[in-house]
Formats: sequence, C-alpha cells, structure tokens
Amino acid sequence: MRDVAIASFAQTRYVRSQVRLTEVDMLMPVVQEAVKLSGIPKREIGFTCHGSSDYMAGQSFAFVGAVDALGAWPPIAESHVEMDGAWALYEAWVKIQCGECDSALVFGFGRASMGKLRETMNLQLDPYTLAPLGLDAISMAALQAREMIDAGKITEEQMAKIAARNRAVAKDNPNAQVTGDFEVEKLLAEPYLVSPLRVHDCPPISDGVSAVVLAAGDAIGRGESKPVFIRGIDHRLDSHQLGGRDLTLSPSTKRAGQEAGVHDGPVEFAELHAPFSHQEVILVEALELSGDVLLNPSGGALAANPMMTAGLTRIGEAASRIAAGKAGRGIAHATSGPCLQQNLVCVLEGE
Amino acid sequence: MSEQEPVKSIVTPTRTEYTFTPGPSAQRYLRALVSGRLIGETCPSCKKVYTPPSGACARCGVATEGEVEVSDRGTVTTFCIVRVPSENIDLELPYCSAQILLDGADSSFFGLIQECPWDEVRMGMRVEAVWKPKSEWGPSAENIRYFKPSGEPDVPFEKIKGSI
Repeated sequence: MRDVAIASFAQTRYVRSQVRLTEVDMLMPVVQEAVKLSGIPKREIGFTCHGSSDYMAGQSFAFVGAVDALGAWPPIAESHVEMDGAWALYEAWVKIQCGECDSALVFGFGRASMGKLRETMNLQLDPYTLAPLGLDAISMAALQAREMIDAGKITEEQMAKIAARNRAVAKDNPNAQVTGDFEVEKLLAEPYLVSPLRVHDCPPISDGVSAVVLAAGDAIGRGESKPVFIRGIDHRLDSHQLGGRDLTLSPSTKRAGQEAGVHDGPVEFAELHAPFSHQEVILVEALELSGDVLLNPSGGALAANPMMTAGLTRIGEAASRIAAGKAGRGIAHATSGPCLQQNLVCVLEGE
Repeated sequence: MSEQEPVKSIVTPTRTEYTFTPGPSAQRYLRALVSGRLIGETCPSCKKVYTPPSGACARCGVATEGEVEVSDRGTVTTFCIVRVPSENIDLELPYCSAQILLDGADSSFFGLIQECPWDEVRMGMRVEAVWKPKSEWGPSAENIRYFKPSGEPDVPFEKIKGSI
C-alpha cells in the first residue's frame, strides 16, 4: 500500500439557501484554495474526482457543469460519482494506490435548497415497490428511529441530548449552520415533525461545497499544513430495501470499520456522518467506539448537512483537526442512501 | 405462476419542483436582454469574452468579470438542419440551428437561422439577429427570434477555427 495523505481541505460556509451563487461560483474559490494549500501546482495534479447528484440541481448533466470551475485546459483526467464526495475521495485513493497518479483533487457540492429535499430523497428508492409508498427523507429516518426506540436502544431524551451536544460544539465551527446552546427539556417540549423525530433530530438543509487534495510520494509535504495520512479506508453497503434489514444495526459500517482498521490504534475522536440524531448511536455501536472517543468535534451533520459533500467534509474536518495538532489519530465516516444504507470509514493519522 | 401474464409495467407518478436561481452572471445577462443588449463577461486571465456568461472561464477556472457589450451580428461557426421532431420544441421542420460567434465575443452563441435556403447555410456565413418587437422583450433569450444572412462577405475558416 502507498502512503496517501490529505494535503489540504477547503470548504464554504454552509447556508440554508444559496440563491446568490451557482454551484460553479461556490466551487471556484474553494477548489482554488484547496489546490493552493496543497502546495501542488494545479497542472501537476494527476486526477480529479467529484461527487454530486443532478437531482439536487434538477438539471441533467449538472455534474458536468461543475467542471467549469476547474480550468480543465489542457484536458485533465476527471471522473464523477453520483454519491457523496467521500466516495469520490475513495476513487481517487484507488487511482493513487494503482500508481496512476501521485495527487488528486476531490470535491463535492450540493445546492439542495433549489428543490424540495424531503421529496427529492424519495427518488433514490426502488421505483417499483418502495418509492410509490410516498416515503420521504424524514419519514424514512423516523421509521428507523422508531425501531431504535422499540428495541430499547435509545430514548427521545437521548436523541435530544445528541442534537444539543452537536450544535453546542458547532459554535466553534465558523462554517456550521445550526449552532447554539439548547436545553434538552425545551427541545422535548417541541412538537413532533414526523414521530418520533422532532425538528432538532433532523439535519438542516444546507447548501455548500468542500474540497480535498490527496498526495502520495513526492507530492506529500509540499503544502503549508502537515500531511495527514489515510491509514485505512473502506466502504460497504446494506440492502436497498428498508424492509430487508434491521434498521437498528449497520453491518456495513461495522465491516467497513474493521477493514479500515479503526481499532489498529487509539481512536481519539470520530467525525460521524449521522444526519439524524439516532443514527449517531447506530454508528457508535457499529464502530465499537468507547465513551472516551470525542464525537463530532465539528458539530457533524446535525450542524450542517450539505448534500453530496457532508461526508467528504467529515474527512476534511478530521484531517484538519489532526493537522492542527489537536489530535494524533481519528476516524471519519460518510453515509449515503436511505437510513445509513452505504457507509465509508476512513482512518486518519498524523506523522 | 407460469400461466399468469407477467407484470410488464407499472405507473409511478413522480413530480419534483425546483426554484432555480441562475447566479449573478446569468442574471446580468438576462437583465441586459430586457433592454435589447447582449452582454458578455471577460476572463481576467486569458481575456476571452463569454456570451452568455456562466460566471466562469472553463479554460482557466476563474471567475469572469467586467460587462462587455457584444454585437447582435456574427459568424456561423457550425450548424445543423434538424429534421426530427422534439416534444419540447415548437418549430416547423426542418429548421436550422447554429453556433454563432457574435462580434466581440470569443464563445459561440446558439441561434436559429432563417430567411435562407437550407442548402446555402454555411460555416463562415455572416448573420444578424432578428428581434421580436420591443414591446415583447423580457429577460429571455427568446427576444431574438432568429438570425438571418446579413449579406456581408463570408469570414475565412482560419479566422473562426479557434472558436468552434
């Protein structure tokens, strides 16, 4: 295995509705910043991969439009995944492992505010038997939360505490969208949005972009910040059919965590992509994280959930924490699909 | 089971609605169209002028700036005669769609060609815009109904080959 490092990370502030700028307008400064911080000249970057979904923009080939932000001339080697940018990072990591390049630019973007995200998320379901039932983003998660409560794995109070904790630590994250101190009692007095979920259990709808530059070989260590190494990375998936799995468990996260070597060293912190409060508990169990592990120091997806790049942002936030010397080793997780269907785990460590 | 007809199709009605905002460059372009002006924006790096502007120079990967007025006359860089119907296009067949390099711009502009026999449309042909009546102008590319031959001499291929 080649040593692959995260050389740089850049992101926008996440906002509820970015009506002033297009995706390309948002991407240009972020991509430029990530490339500059990596210390690798743009023309030397060997591969570019991004994650997005045309359903967010409501335009076919919106993902191709994003290439306008890159200055892809002379022509570059480029690819795209219709998934969170974390999976674009995985593709780039594989390219580097294959020896096809020594560096890669990875980004993800989403402007979900243009559509009706709850309904848009219905379109990812099996169109024959599931989508016609009218499940949306919140009701799918609510089914999972209900199963958790019925199984005795969580209470509504614990869910409110998770939401409050994430948004309280997010006060230190200048890019977060929903931050502040919330009293659990007051949160529990709020009405249900879709029982058993209240508004605080759900992620905000966020517009924004983020970008990472990967480096290997001679490309490592050319930037301003210390390189943070990917010690392990793996992704797995569970059944697409919500009725075909136990929604209180995440075997795919568990397996990805084992394959990535989460416990091959101390886990000081974890950036978990848990858009709904109860999902944090499922992930903590699947990854066998002890109570000592600092969870979501950035505030996680409950503080900002830019569709198609919230997972990549978890990796970037985790790398930034290590690069800043605040931790030596930690993990980042990304999810995609309904009710934690697909999961990626990345183990990061400083020099 | 084997005696039953297979389920060959189901209908799943789906509708998604979007509120699209086109960004500052496209907004400036659309607003200028209201007063019958065609504008482009310049790349600060390579100095190329893009019409309509998307806000980015795709070659350089930087934001375009500066509002440049371009002409409603130009040169056909490439074209095709369309003979197949499309649900979304309410035009009599056949029709000619073309890429037109407007004077003052470096990117080609999409337009229809009319008032010209189809077998006389050619690369390098000079054309001019035929606008709708001023009272019908709005923030829309449809302010220009089509382009027609301007009667000026053709532009040699060498002069347009970099903009196709």
